[in-house]
This record gives sequence, C-alpha cells and structure tokens, in this order.
Amino acid sequence: MTKAEIVELIYERVGFSKKESSELVETVFDSIKEALVSGEQVKFSGFGNFLVREKNARKGRNPQTGEEIQLEARRVLTFKPSLVLKNELNEKDVSAS
Amino acid sequence: MTKSDLIERVAERLSHVSKKDTEIVVNTIFDGMTEALKSGERIEIRGFGSFQVKVREAREGRNPKTGEEVKIPAKLTPFFKVGKELKERIDAAWRRERAADVSAGREGVGRPAGN
Repeated sequence: MTKAEIVELIYERVGFSKKESSELVETVFDSIKEALVSGEQVKFSGFGNFLVREKNARKGRNPQTGEEIQLEARRVLTFKPSLVLKNELNEKDVSAS
Repeated sequence: MTKSDLIERVAERLSHVSKKDTEIVVNTIFDGMTEALKSGERIEIRGFGSFQVKVREAREGRNPKTGEEVKIPAKLTPFFKVGKELKERIDAAWRRERAADVSAGREGVGRPAGN
C-alpha cells in the first residue's frame, strides 16, 4: 500500500475529490511528521505509539571488520504497535489453522 | 499527540474541511492501514516510513510466576522502519536544539522549555 492508494481509499470511501483527498492525506502525514520532529510522542490508540527516543553516545563495533567506532548521541524514532493491532493481525491465523 | 489532537491540527490547517470530516478521513486512513497489514501487505509512505508484518517464530518460554515451561506460538508482528528523510529530520532538529542550549549555557538535561 502506498500513499497514492490511501488517497484512492479516501476518494472511494469518504467521497472527497481526488485533489481534496490528496491534500487531506498529505496534511495528515505532514502533521504527524512535524509533531515527531519537534520531539512529541504520537499515540494512536488501536494502532500504536511513535516514540522519539534520545540515545546516548556509545562505543560500537563495525560488525564486518571488528573495528571499534564511536557512535554519537542521536535521536531516533521507534514504533510500538498497540495490543489491539497485534491481536488483529493474529486473528486470521486462528481461524486458518 | 493523540488521534484527536491530529484531527484538530489537520482541521485547523484545512479551513474548508470540517472537523467531523477530518475525523472520518483520519479513521479511514488507520482502518485502511490496519486492513493492509492484516492482509500481509507492506505499507510504504514516502517521506514517512514503511510498515511490514513479520513472523515471530514459536519458542519455549517460562511462566515467570510458576517457573512452568510454556510453548509460545508463532505470532505476526508489525514492524515500522522510519524513512530516511524523517529519520534525519528528527535527529537534526534535536542536534540543533542541543547546540543552541550549549551556546546559551543551558546544557542541563530535562530543563523545561521557555524562560
């Protein structure tokens, strides 16, 4: 599924024009991105939480060469899926087996 | 930011779309993404990231209370991989904040913003 397919979905299910659907989908993802860039946690109940985490500097190793390297402090994005989503993904397995 | 915050922010930006309609759109996006993942489809939102369902293999576990051995069945789990552009923006914004704090002599961690 791509962004274009999500736009198509809005067009079909909600009834906005293609142009409006595209504008809406872009604005939704832009707003999420801006919140994350500003360091906000983004929590969607029933789907999952996007968490911005600060990582301390640490010594690492190049797994290929074994060479020691210094990893800088950085800020990263992680996703923790909600229990609801995880359960939904496993529902069909139960009926299929 | 929660889903209702998102709905409010989007509705504020698009003055011609009502909050009610924005809510329907946001819910449809998440429903659609959940359906895609349920059907095993990968989702790729350019500039944001991608979602993919992977199999967590079955394994032997132990009930931490009783010490009893239990079989943990294989499970499907969604994984998110942040897109390159967003990954860089999230890190860069933080580095800029820290650099500004250092030059302003506000190096302490956890200091509330705004003075």
